Amino acid sequence: MRLNTLAIAATMAVGSAAPVFAQETLAAVQERGMLNCQVGLPTPGFYALADDGTWSGMDVDLCRGVSAAIFGDPDMVEYQSVTSAVRFTALANSESDMLSRTTTWTAVRDTQLGLDFTTVNFYDGQGFLVPADSGITSALELDGATICVLTGTTTELNLADYFRANGMSFTPVTNENVNVLVETYLGGGCDAYTNDKSGLAARRSAFPDPTAHALLPETVSKEPLGPVVRQGDDAWANLVRWVVFGIINAEELGITSENVEEMMTSADPNIARLLGSEGNIGEGLGLSPTFMVDVIKSVGNYGEIYEAHVGADTPIGIPREGTLNALWTEGGIIYAPPFR
Amino acid sequence: MAITETGRNSDARSRFSRALYDARIRAIVLQVLTFVLVVGTLIWLTNNTMVNLQARNMSADFGFLDVSAGFGIGFTLIPYQEGDTYLRVFFVGIMNTLLVAVVAIVFATILGLIVGLARLSNNWIIGVVARSYIEVMRNTPLLLQIIAWYFGVFNLLPRPRDSVEILNGLVLNNRGFYLPAPVPETGFAILMWVLLTSVIGAIALHIWAGRRLEKTGKAFPSILSGIAIVIVVPTLAYAFLGQPLSWDVPVLQGFNYVGGMSVPPSFCALIVALSVYTSCFIAEIVRSGIQSVSKGQLEAAGALNLPANWTLRRVVLPQAMRVIIPPLISQYLNVTKNSSLAIAIGFPDLVSVWMNTSLNQSGRAIPIVAMTMGFYCAVSLSVSAIMNVYNKRVQLKER
Repeated sequence: MRLNTLAIAATMAVGSAAPVFAQETLAAVQERGMLNCQVGLPTPGFYALADDGTWSGMDVDLCRGVSAAIFGDPDMVEYQSVTSAVRFTALANSESDMLSRTTTWTAVRDTQLGLDFTTVNFYDGQGFLVPADSGITSALELDGATICVLTGTTTELNLADYFRANGMSFTPVTNENVNVLVETYLGGGCDAYTNDKSGLAARRSAFPDPTAHALLPETVSKEPLGPVVRQGDDAWANLVRWVVFGIINAEELGITSENVEEMMTSADPNIARLLGSEGNIGEGLGLSPTFMVDVIKSVGNYGEIYEAHVGADTPIGIPREGTLNALWTEGGIIYAPPFR
Repeated sequence: MAITETGRNSDARSRFSRALYDARIRAIVLQVLTFVLVVGTLIWLTNNTMVNLQARNMSADFGFLDVSAGFGIGFTLIPYQEGDTYLRVFFVGIMNTLLVAVVAIVFATILGLIVGLARLSNNWIIGVVARSYIEVMRNTPLLLQIIAWYFGVFNLLPRPRDSVEILNGLVLNNRGFYLPAPVPETGFAILMWVLLTSVIGAIALHIWAGRRLEKTGKAFPSILSGIAIVIVVPTLAYAFLGQPLSWDVPVLQGFNYVGGMSVPPSFCALIVALSVYTSCFIAEIVRSGIQSVSKGQLEAAGALNLPANWTLRRVVLPQAMRVIIPPLISQYLNVTKNSSLAIAIGFPDLVSVWMNTSLNQSGRAIPIVAMTMGFYCAVSLSVSAIMNVYNKRVQLKER
């Protein structure tokens, strides 16, 4: 009995010294002078790693944008390239300040893992890649096939759901390392490789012979991808969210990385508020009033980012027109709340 | 007065110092302190984890075990469907891990024994080959070997349409190794009983022969006759019962071979790599065990004019086993634990399906890691318990 009391007393004394989580990510980032931005294993278009060790891509530009918003400099970023298996743990234990990698927003992830999905910056859907000479033209012909799938992803669950819903069977070949999986697929270890369609297009662009592989027409899932932050720091979530919104609004308002300087004197109040020559939106986020000027100068607007990394003129070649990722004014669903 | 006072003082001091130097009291105090420290640390760790998980809005309970897992698993020993629960996934992973461990241990032991004996061979070329095999294989990382076997061999095998058919129904391609599956028919249960009875009979015969040898000194070839019983009796019963077993032979259909039994290429790569790697250590253990038997023992056996196989079975092996068993136990445990490297090539063992996929899909890191560690700990402790019992039996009997 005495022992127990002693132990509990000791526990309480030490336990109360456990860290308390305040809303302090921005302060921590500023003090560190670096943004810890988590990306995935190198993937063309989204987070590609050049030979000289520099990162580029759509999701990388988001890290750069947030860095520019905080420091006025897009290069104050420490990139953390982490497998999808440990991405949420690395965020939850404060190793990363934000996730900017093709991560699908789902209910379970948003509500049970201590994560906060800020917004969507890319609308994707799952598809299948098959060797062109296999003669397969539809995912419904894949009954009995062996399929390569990245483990620990929503893709893995959608795959099982799709085959169950259509009364078909399959054998999964899983791995947590996308490079091992692609190598297996190219070696013929599976009949099809499944992933988000953007990811498939990106991977295919790096194959020895991209034309020898065909994307099947079916899209079997909704994959809204976007940046993720730790739950419990609403101010930080707001900051990341409004940098994305700002980038989208900039495209809508016709502000580009080239004309942003002259736009600062624009008479249009919408532009003036976005660029901070009017109003105090930056203040509410703990940033300078002209933070969006720095962001746009560094990475450009949404359309510029898209075309630079995954657009029709890049090796990835995902045309934007007519897809969900077009602006809402052009038939897509890329839509940001107003800067007001 | 003064004397009494001094006396009382020194009395109290001496009682205290007596207690301080009393080994029994000191032991009790130390044990209580250690107990408080250990229990306190455990409680603090648990409490700290809970508090911090709550602060991060993460849950650490076991409620998710009843939730449907929803992903497919490429290779299962027990029936599993995509809609089954996480608990089922846990058992699928356990079965797959145990399968890898058992098969790899069997192959590694056989291979290790052969290489170990070859290492002692008087034939120069055999000795050198065995030695280079050991030195190359045990001095490269196991993970590297697993990946090399997977990508360098099993992933490069022909595609299903151009499969290698070793024998009728034994097919090898880059989707796996296919073999015919036995299908029990009526009367199969009787056959199994016959088999069991003959095994028990053979063991009984062996025990009887051993007792007779000790009592009368008359030998009886119990091992040979035991093997004969186990083979002949069930074969006769098999014929008599009208062959109550048929074979489901895999056939090419659609994308791949269907029917029969199959293991994926990742399994083959894992088994080959684990067996080869571990066999090097076992070979060295066997060699050192045999070399530890002093030459005088062999000479004594020769002087008694014992036949060669008696010398091996009754003189060398019993003494070598004492040296072989303890390090062999740790090699078996190593195989079990090393099988978790399966994750690198995607074989669905416990670490892959449970600590990787399930952890990711459910996000319950703490309970999942705890369950996995509990499993490996339980397996290791049981293997070493069994081997320790065996070790006690082969120990030197000091009378």
